[in-house]
Amino acid sequence: MSVGSSALVTLENAGLEASGKWLVRGVDLTVDRGEIVTLIGPNGSGKSTTAKMALGVMKPTEGSAKRSAQLNIGYVPQRITVDWTLPLNVRRFMSLTRRIPSQSAHEALEMTGVAHLAEAEVRTLSGGEFQRVLLARALARKPDLLVLDEPVQGVDYTGEIALYELISRIRETLNCGILLISHDLHVVMAATNRVICLNGHVCCNGTPDVVVESDEYRRLFGDRAAAAIAIYRHDHDHTHLPDGRVRHADGSITDHCHPDDGHHAHEAVAADGDEGRHA
Amino acid sequence: MLDDFFFRALIAGVGVAIVAAPLGCFVVWRRLAYFGDTLSHAALLGVALAFLLELNITLAVFLVCAGVAVALVLLQRRATLSSDSLLGLLAHAALALGLVALAFMSSVRIDLMGFLFGDILAVSKFDILTIYLGGIGVLIVLAVVWHGLFAATVNPELAEAEGMRPHRSNLIFVLLMATVIAISMKIVGVLLITALLIIPAATARRFASGPEQMAVLAALFGAAAVVGGLFGSLNWDTPSGPSIVVAAVIFFVISLSPLAGLLRPKTERIKGETP
Repeated sequence: MSVGSSALVTLENAGLEASGKWLVRGVDLTVDRGEIVTLIGPNGSGKSTTAKMALGVMKPTEGSAKRSAQLNIGYVPQRITVDWTLPLNVRRFMSLTRRIPSQSAHEALEMTGVAHLAEAEVRTLSGGEFQRVLLARALARKPDLLVLDEPVQGVDYTGEIALYELISRIRETLNCGILLISHDLHVVMAATNRVICLNGHVCCNGTPDVVVESDEYRRLFGDRAAAAIAIYRHDHDHTHLPDGRVRHADGSITDHCHPDDGHHAHEAVAADGDEGRHA
Repeated sequence: MLDDFFFRALIAGVGVAIVAAPLGCFVVWRRLAYFGDTLSHAALLGVALAFLLELNITLAVFLVCAGVAVALVLLQRRATLSSDSLLGLLAHAALALGLVALAFMSSVRIDLMGFLFGDILAVSKFDILTIYLGGIGVLIVLAVVWHGLFAATVNPELAEAEGMRPHRSNLIFVLLMATVIAISMKIVGVLLITALLIIPAATARRFASGPEQMAVLAALFGAAAVVGGLFGSLNWDTPSGPSIVVAAVIFFVISLSPLAGLLRPKTERIKGETP
């Protein structure tokens, strides 16, 4: 472990060169327990490479990557295809890297809303279902550090929000650190402790508020980025459950979430980026 | 009973089939059929070296196969050529070298056909001992690395990130392959070893709902193919190695028939029956 720090993982001036080209360079990053650090940036900006250096899958060509001893990691990779020749059901897949007690596996699948798929063959799952299984598998390991590379890609919109809420809840129940890569700026901003904005190097980093105000961020993501934040900077009066149902502030549960169903204290949030009109 | 050549052939063949089948599953999952071919072609070079240096044939074949396998793993890491080109290059380089080396040894008369197509009916008690000792060793090592090797097969990066050692698993896997090829060469010959690896595994795929189950089923299909092939060979006076492969193919074809569909796992069947 590095001296005088409780960081789960620390990258110092880390960079990776492949066939004469720097994929990413000069990355400083730490993830502590109970903290969500999010990497954002355009395609090819080195987000996944940075995550892989943090995981130890790739060795930095310069700088260093340190992980605390005996670190239990849960990883959701960006792309994973299961060959059709592999007879593999969800139950077996949950125990891929370490045997998971079936009770924990079931609980994790329940949390991500796919417990009913435990016996299904992995290759028959839809993209969104598989993504939920991947997340459940990482959670079931009860990791110290979760590395999530685009964890909700292909998940439907309501499911997406529910999964992000689950991720931020998990951080508290497991007291783990989370390194998150995401394109969903609005969600990122709502749940993250620190944002690192990459574009081959670290453009800017800090709390979401600081990053949003920085010129580099605006240059990379444009005005849309600022608008995205405004939408999500409000108190939720309802919670999207993982199975798609909605729990409202008054405790009732409905299948959908309609602004005029009487459960909402506010009207529809304006999509143009206004602060919205919340009660 | 071991004094009967046919019985010795049965015992040896079944042993090889049971060891080859679980490795064959990995060959199928990892799409490494060409890799099996490359190693078995390299086996001929091992035979030539054995005669040249007066080594035990099985040992020489193992050493050459292991060398080629490790070379391949290292070359793949610094990939400048695609894997299939590398495999083709190594396979035919080793095969050609082996044939050239054998041609130089005009003083020794070598039954080339025996090495190409196997000579299971000439199996000695010592061969059986080699097959069973080597085979049990392979199965024990495979059982130990199974979990890690399977994780590395599904996704090496995921396995490595979560604390497994996929590179080490891969290395052990290719060495196990080299061992299996060395001990099974005499049974089916270098040209047909790959068949014994992949055909039983491909047959088992249709009935398996999990990787471990598929390995066991493949071993059963492999053993059945050996028994069926040898009896067929005895009955119709056909060459034994090819007869075993033909029997394995017949099992595979039967597994494709609608009747076999009734035995398949439930989830699969539901999928198959929806129009």
